[in-house]
Amino acid sequence: MSSPSFSISSLRAEFGSAIERHLVSCGDTIVYLARERAHDILAWLKETPGQQFNYLTDITAVEYRDPERPLEVVYQLRSLNRRVDLRAKIALNKWEPMEVRSVWDLWRGADWLEREAYDMFGIVFIGHPDLRRILMWETYAEGFPLRKEFPLRGHFSRAEQTRQALAANPEAHYSMEELSIAEAYDELPADMRERLARGERGFLK
Amino acid sequence: MGLSNPASENRADEVTTVSSMSPNWVTTRLDFLTNWARANSLWPMPFGTACCAIEYMATAASRFDIARFGMERQSFSPRQADVLICAGRLPFKLAPVIRRIWDQMPQPKWSISMGACASSGGIFDNYSMVQGIDTIIPVDIYVPGCPPRPEGLLYGILLLHKKIKGESITDDLLREEQLVGPSGLFLPPDRVDELSEPFGNSVHQTRSA
Repeated sequence: MSSPSFSISSLRAEFGSAIERHLVSCGDTIVYLARERAHDILAWLKETPGQQFNYLTDITAVEYRDPERPLEVVYQLRSLNRRVDLRAKIALNKWEPMEVRSVWDLWRGADWLEREAYDMFGIVFIGHPDLRRILMWETYAEGFPLRKEFPLRGHFSRAEQTRQALAANPEAHYSMEELSIAEAYDELPADMRERLARGERGFLK
Repeated sequence: MGLSNPASENRADEVTTVSSMSPNWVTTRLDFLTNWARANSLWPMPFGTACCAIEYMATAASRFDIARFGMERQSFSPRQADVLICAGRLPFKLAPVIRRIWDQMPQPKWSISMGACASSGGIFDNYSMVQGIDTIIPVDIYVPGCPPRPEGLLYGILLLHKKIKGESITDDLLREEQLVGPSGLFLPPDRVDELSEPFGNSVHQTRSA
């Protein structure tokens, strides 16, 4: 990146110690946010006229091989009009609950990104309208595949995995928007029926 | 009564399967005709999930042209299909889908497992991938390759022709549906585990706990 991408000073002036540290890696600015203030900071980055990070490129997570090192939730932001990128991270210690506030209310595109981070890493995004698995099926019971303690071939035997896969109802994986599941309603898991009944994604009946 | 035949008593626990019909001149002539018709008008149901599907498309296109072998019509509905071609890797999430497609296909039906991933899981020996579609549905022909060239798939199709031409209408077992049983599997669980065992380089895969 040719121009200096992002000025950390205004962020530091606004939030002080909630900006835990920052560094520049391969030309990209990375800021570490305190978990409690992260949502406020991200909202500020989006709304403040000088910042305008109006595009959420990606949300993902990283777990390092060093078991002492915290797991990180990564937000890749971009200001489309200023043409500036910023990477924000929240460190989650392993002994703490894996919870952060959802940014779905700021960027609607966070919906599926947060579902993927939940599916693969088990991070719970508080305030997400419909937090359920997106890549694995709804009733997948083996855990969170991208965590380091997850064995490559899964926890169950192949026969058990095959049995559970064949027992799945293919229609039950989709939300109202993805497929008309009105006729499969009675076969849905109870918690999913409850979520659909709340009307976040349209009403069934 | 003292009149029972000792030979028949000794054989009481043996199970002998007798066909409803035995081959004779009429049935073998009829076999020849039906098999000739079936083998030369196979309608494929393409189940393409990965790069093998690209090779399948090349096979169906004008240069290789599987219409030369009676596969003129690509059947995108399982109800009008004769042969299921699984081209590509099958994740567990798709296992109930291919099983349902297979169950929806009417007899007579056959299946081709195209490529290393469909046949054995290939390089994807991980938590999300079916280790060979023969743990989900019965498979007639395995086509090796990663992905197989169109010639390879055509060879597999010709092998299927050969297999079909050896079938007989007197053999009821050929047309028997192999459904998912009460165990929730189509094969015994230990057979699924055995088929799914790591082989080749993935035996030395130690990252899995």
